Amino acid sequence: MVEVTVKLFAQYREGHFKAEPRVYPKGTTVEGVIIETGIPVEQFPIGVIMINGRHMDESYVIEHGDTVSLFPKVGGG
Amino acid sequence: MSDKIYRVNMKELNYRIEDVPEEWMGLGGRGLTSTVIAAEVDPECHPLGPNNKMVFAPGLLSGTIAANSGRNSLGIKSPLTGGIKESNVGGTIAGIMAKLGVKALIIEDIPEDDSTFYHIHVTKEHVTIEPCPELVGKENFEVLDAMLERYDKKVAVMTIGTPGEQRMMISNISVKDPKGKLRSHGRGATGAVMGSKKIKVITVDAEKYKETHLADPEKFKAANKVFTKALQENPISGEGLPAFGTNVLVNIINEAGGLPARNFRYGNSENAEAICGETMADNIKARGGSTTHGCHAGCVIQCSQTYNDEEGNYLASGFEYEMIWAFGANFGISDLDLIAKIDNLMDNIGVDAIETGVTFGVAAEGGLLEFEDGETVYKILSEDIPQGTPLGKIIGSGAGNVGKILGVVRVPVVKNQSIPAYEPRAIKGQGITYVTTPMGADHTAGYAVATNILNSGGYIDPLKKEGQVELSRNLQIASAAIDSTGMCIFVAFPALDDPACLPALIDMINARFGINLTGEDVTSLGARILKTEHAFNLKAGLTAADDRIPEFMKYEPLPPHNVVWDFTNEEIDSFWDF
Repeated sequence: MVEVTVKLFAQYREGHFKAEPRVYPKGTTVEGVIIETGIPVEQFPIGVIMINGRHMDESYVIEHGDTVSLFPKVGGG
Repeated sequence: MSDKIYRVNMKELNYRIEDVPEEWMGLGGRGLTSTVIAAEVDPECHPLGPNNKMVFAPGLLSGTIAANSGRNSLGIKSPLTGGIKESNVGGTIAGIMAKLGVKALIIEDIPEDDSTFYHIHVTKEHVTIEPCPELVGKENFEVLDAMLERYDKKVAVMTIGTPGEQRMMISNISVKDPKGKLRSHGRGATGAVMGSKKIKVITVDAEKYKETHLADPEKFKAANKVFTKALQENPISGEGLPAFGTNVLVNIINEAGGLPARNFRYGNSENAEAICGETMADNIKARGGSTTHGCHAGCVIQCSQTYNDEEGNYLASGFEYEMIWAFGANFGISDLDLIAKIDNLMDNIGVDAIETGVTFGVAAEGGLLEFEDGETVYKILSEDIPQGTPLGKIIGSGAGNVGKILGVVRVPVVKNQSIPAYEPRAIKGQGITYVTTPMGADHTAGYAVATNILNSGGYIDPLKKEGQVELSRNLQIASAAIDSTGMCIFVAFPALDDPACLPALIDMINARFGINLTGEDVTSLGARILKTEHAFNLKAGLTAADDRIPEFMKYEPLPPHNVVWDFTNEEIDSFWDF
């Protein structure tokens, strides 16, 4: 098993959480994390995935100690 | 009737209403203001002297029903940067000027008698220029109330507070918005130039205006429908911005390690959660207020908001990311309500959120006050600056000058203008925009954050150099063109990802004027504007050596990614190879 910190932002927080330590089977991808958290990606598609502050895609295999940050499309200026 | 140029001379205290010269016909907004400044202002003039001018111009589509077309441009030579400045703003001014047929309002020279300030009132037929001693020393909301008492409540108002009267480098020109709150012609000490011309307030008549003329109303309506749909269906302009405002950026920029903290020492802030857009939206929900508010009529994005305190009393509106970053992350105030109180105070006196916030960061670095000490910030802004005490004058001089006065090395400015809320070391494309734009450090000139961080318009790794110069160049050219249309810069989000968006925008311009611009024409317009601005700066004495990042960013690695600014001069200067 690997323990990671999952952080959710913007619309993903509603009914879920801001940041939590979570445990997943070894070999879990970010896609797996997204499904497990149940965040509403159909309504608000994934905009940005960061692992330890670096952009990654859904196929990234999480490692012990990672911080997984999930954002819907956001912007401003 | 065709549009006219309204030209006011502050030395003679008179005006002329002129035909629009042929070569200015197809221009609006930034395209027009930068062209007029380049044509009529001596680049070597003192920005606060008689030979500088102010050029106000609505965008090409302002005054029409086009969604989000209510942005107004102001052109000056900036006393802060020593170069050309285009500052654009929402509010009601652009739509009203366009409907009145004011293609541009040009203000020249300064009065010989500098013992008082003047009020300029523009109507279709006349311009009146009268002394207004009763308004001298008043701040913006009081001036606004006085104008609303005198004119129809829809009257457009542009005003300066006491910092503008004192020609401070942090001063803005404040512009009335549809709800009677204020937006800002910000950056570059615009208020100081208005103060140097002894103008306290400019009003534009909103009673006798007509609708703007459309060459092809049917085509215009159809294109506007497509354009509006693109804005509303884009997840950023249609959902994220209305729900969380621009402040939604705090968390994503912080997570990416690009949120400047403690005067640009760190790329993360411990205050992020306390000040972020999600917290702000939760507070608004719990306390009443509103997450949506348009800065101009016809806005369908509604990124602005009304923010109340715990008792439900109004604290601020137009409470933006840059402001919250500057005082929350960069200066270290963790109390969002206190930042809102400071925001409203700054609206009232008319000072720039970025320049003022970064100045306090440099002042804290230099020991003038402590980081996090919001109460002292409030006191300086409410007492020292309006009264013009020596401390007020020092803070009012901007980050670059305060850095010199205090002997600080870590001074985050480019061309003497404060760097906004994105760390150039960790968001390198944005850094290229800061150093190359003729405006001095400015995030809106070419918003590379979109592609470096937000996955808009593709993705280019923010920590690597590859592709950043080209990205910034393309965005700066597009932004110069968009700034000429009167469109809000946030149309860039759908424009980057929705192929229907830009053609609809161009269709609207064509239908408005009965012309046949192509996408290529619009790109070449943007390129021409940039080159005009760059040429002005070179003649003003700025050189490639001014297109540089502050040196400390080259040798101080920025946590958490421990990155430095590593572009060579040749790489930066290749920006202008187009």
